[in-house]
Amino acid sequence: MYPEANCRFAPSHEWVFVTGDVATVGISNHAQKEISDIVFIELPKVGAKVTQGKPCAVIESVKAAADFFAPVSGEVSEVNAAIVDNPALVNQEPHGAGWFFKIKMTQPAEADSLLSWADYQASCG
Amino acid sequence: MNRGEPLSIEKSVPGRRALTFPSPSAPAASWLPGVALRDAPPRLPELSELDVVRHYTRLSQLNFCLDTHFYPLGSCTMKYNPRALEEFARQDGFAAAHPAAPDTAVQGTLAALHGLEQLLCQLTGLAAFTLQPAAGAHGELTGILIAAAYHRARKDRRRTEIVVPDTAHGTNPASAALGGFAVKTVATQPNGRLDVAALRAALGPQTALVMLTVPNTLGLFETQIREIAVAVHEAGALLYMDGANFNALLGLARPADFGVDILHLNLHKTFATPHGGGGPGAGPVGVTATLEPFLPLPRVVRRKGRYALQTKGARSIGRVKSFAGNVAVALKAYAYLRRHDAAALRRVAENAILNANYLRVKLRDLFPPAVDEPCLHECVLRTEPDRLNGVKTLDVAKRLLDHGFYAPTIYFPLNVSEALMIEPTETETSATLDAFVAALRAIHEEARTAPDQVKSAPHNLPVRRLDELNAARNPNVAWPAQPPQ
Amino acid sequence: MYSPHTAAEQQAMLRDIGVGSLADLLAQIPAELQASVAAWPPALTEPELLAHGRELAAQNQRLLCFAGGGAQEHHIPAAVSALIQRGEFLTAYTPYQAEASQGTLQAMYEFQSSICALYGMAAANASLYDGATALAEAANAAARITGRRVILLPETVHPEWRATLRTLFAARGEPQLVTLPCLTGRMEPEAVAAQLDDSVAALVVPSPNYFGLLEDGAALAALAKAHGALVIAVADPISLGLLAPPGAWGADFAVGEGQGLGNPLNYGGPYLGLFACRQEYLRHVPGRLCGMTTDAAGRRGFVLTLQAREQHIRRERAASNICSNQALCALAATIHLALLGPVGLREVAELNVDRAHRLAAMIAAIPGFRRRFDGAFFNEFVVECPMSATRLVKAMSKKGILAGVPLGKLYRGMDNSLLVCATGKRTADDLERYTAALRAVAS
Repeated sequence: MYPEANCRFAPSHEWVFVTGDVATVGISNHAQKEISDIVFIELPKVGAKVTQGKPCAVIESVKAAADFFAPVSGEVSEVNAAIVDNPALVNQEPHGAGWFFKIKMTQPAEADSLLSWADYQASCG
Repeated sequence: MNRGEPLSIEKSVPGRRALTFPSPSAPAASWLPGVALRDAPPRLPELSELDVVRHYTRLSQLNFCLDTHFYPLGSCTMKYNPRALEEFARQDGFAAAHPAAPDTAVQGTLAALHGLEQLLCQLTGLAAFTLQPAAGAHGELTGILIAAAYHRARKDRRRTEIVVPDTAHGTNPASAALGGFAVKTVATQPNGRLDVAALRAALGPQTALVMLTVPNTLGLFETQIREIAVAVHEAGALLYMDGANFNALLGLARPADFGVDILHLNLHKTFATPHGGGGPGAGPVGVTATLEPFLPLPRVVRRKGRYALQTKGARSIGRVKSFAGNVAVALKAYAYLRRHDAAALRRVAENAILNANYLRVKLRDLFPPAVDEPCLHECVLRTEPDRLNGVKTLDVAKRLLDHGFYAPTIYFPLNVSEALMIEPTETETSATLDAFVAALRAIHEEARTAPDQVKSAPHNLPVRRLDELNAARNPNVAWPAQPPQ
Repeated sequence: MYSPHTAAEQQAMLRDIGVGSLADLLAQIPAELQASVAAWPPALTEPELLAHGRELAAQNQRLLCFAGGGAQEHHIPAAVSALIQRGEFLTAYTPYQAEASQGTLQAMYEFQSSICALYGMAAANASLYDGATALAEAANAAARITGRRVILLPETVHPEWRATLRTLFAARGEPQLVTLPCLTGRMEPEAVAAQLDDSVAALVVPSPNYFGLLEDGAALAALAKAHGALVIAVADPISLGLLAPPGAWGADFAVGEGQGLGNPLNYGGPYLGLFACRQEYLRHVPGRLCGMTTDAAGRRGFVLTLQAREQHIRRERAASNICSNQALCALAATIHLALLGPVGLREVAELNVDRAHRLAAMIAAIPGFRRRFDGAFFNEFVVECPMSATRLVKAMSKKGILAGVPLGKLYRGMDNSLLVCATGKRTADDLERYTAALRAVAS
């Protein structure tokens, strides 16, 4: 649904897929492998304002809690309830059914300043 | 071997009774007209008294405990829990005292609490203590609230940050956040000590408090502690000491001499009160004379040879829980201290330090220390999965259980990968330590030759490794409200 | 004396370590900071310690207890005391290594289940420090869930609990506490409704309240919900053997003080904070939670779960800083409830109602004494005395009776008010003795 080649990436391993002024966001395959079995996702509420680079969600595994940093700024317009009921979706399809939420962007140019898929892959080593 | 018990509710038989009671003179409903009563009984087990005694006795047999097993848990100070402390605290005169009884009726309890406070002041060099906090984390929050009140009283509204090292126990930053402070973290150097230059850089007019564990969670004394205290005070901040590791300093050194302004102690650690499977503990907080007015109330005071509860204090932060604190726990700690003189207190710390270094030296060729130096009462070693066919600290810990030892603290402090934090305490013999070393050496060997045995441990306990992922994804925290059909 | 080391063993160990003396191992502590304790009393031998303990305990006056106010004297079955003193429970550690702790963990699961059953809720944790801190945690959770700042707190919540909330929330400045006056001894629906708006995260409903009086929880819950506020019930666990539980009348969270279940008075602690809530708030539960799961061989087992909520993982992002629970006190409560069963618990509750109501009637028959508040009550009630309640308590204690909790220092205009409690442990003779003493003191 949100193929890597068409996404931009934050260095903190979140991806962004832009359609118009709406950004769908999630975590990269690299990130889900690092975190390993995800137990719960604490998503922001619809209507919440998020700021690029600031934590706005939490990804829990059995032994850890990782911050999700907003890759772009804006207002949360929709959240993916499916991953709250079935967090394993994020491990299984990080770029598909495991998307996190959608942001109505306030500064669309922010997405352009993120890493391309090629640059992100290179940075992961 | 007892491989597990059904739940108490699964042993329930309708109509089975243990305790019965005299009938009331009138049915309750007649005293409570119009009050909504239960329309169905709560789903609790119906068992005989023998059923209950057998059930919980058999459950107890599924546990490791300090009475049966060595617990080398770093930062927990699992020392022997002397039974004399239990006998002391259980007496009916203490147990039957109601917290609202007039002071004149509880002089014995008040004397013991007052006595404990005096002894803690002697041990730490601080001026006053509150015995109210129920646990270490509760004490930390109390200390943070005292610091906040101190700065408010100085009319200094800029103090918004608390500084902690990266090796801090999670309760430190959690308590700081609950106290309304932002948390700034400072790195530890490779030599295991706080980076004092980095600390200086982190200090400023926004710093309310610096929280340090001394010795730190690597088992090392912050040798520059006086310098650190001076820097903290010059910045107008206070110095907090997390006293979880006080067993290394008991009778040897007094935190007030380092420049500590506030500290908490864990009575269930250094002071030998039992862990009870997770509590109750107690976390008394000590302060300098400057901060004494901010302590929570009530406190025990002595006036003209009589003890009383002081309940009023204009600058007190108030109270952090109901009543005076975990009094029965405090009584046990008082009893523990009265069994020791100054030399015996020193010996506690000395032997704790001796035991920890003995283990460090006997294990360091296979489990390298995070810092290769003498430690105080605990040492942090590392498992090296790359050399052990991918066997990790977690696996080593689980295999130790098979050998009849509780595992050390694992994966803490956070800045050491594959950490094993080992604190033997002073109440263990070198024979026990030798057996522990032999077990760890055997596990190391097994990891090299038969790693799957280690990775799938434990094998010899009532249960195998438990599925924590399932427990977290599909939480089942209570039996159903209705019996299954 | 609990260190086993002989001098020979110390020497051998020092040799193995490769140092000459213990002082070498202390070298990292700067010499100028090494200091023995100053004035310290001589060490007591064990018999001397126990003699000292007996002397101290004898300085406490054993009073016939008619005081409640958050701490009540109920009978503790002998089996409870015996079982919790077993070393396997007493000296066990927190069950982080679950495979070695199945006894503690299963007992925790049974505790959580019992509290859920009592309170009519789907989730309960493994206990908190006491009722006051449990209420603070529930208030924090309600504020986080709703995103609102205000907690409506009737003054009929235990004064020490309200003081605890004020202290704990003062530094952060939130949640914000709004006190609801209760001049009739109970909450007034119109006054409550007047305070409910979209800034209110939760309405706290104590029943029985500090004065022992019962509230119409369902009506108050409906009011709160109409404004999108959550309901935090405060309820005594023994009363719930008889009364409709918070889960049945619409509470979202329920907290209470569990001391009365198998734990002695102990001059105020250690006690037992109870915390329960509806299923949808499970992830907001603070503190330790035990969950049922299976092991690698498919066998049932228990493990601490949802740990990623807790401080050791979330650190400064944790919702609560709590680390310990009151495990041994919770175990006592679990065993006590298992010995009572649902029928026994109801019998105990009925006995409490009976004793307290008979005593209330006997006191009201004494000239000069009357009940201060109208309304149904569980096992505590407020008596208006013909003299200062504090003086009365002092006079009664000279007769070996703790008459109750004087309310003058806790509530304005209540200098002559006394909170009296009669549990099932009080016999008919005890009630006679109380009223005879009261007559004598008042005349």
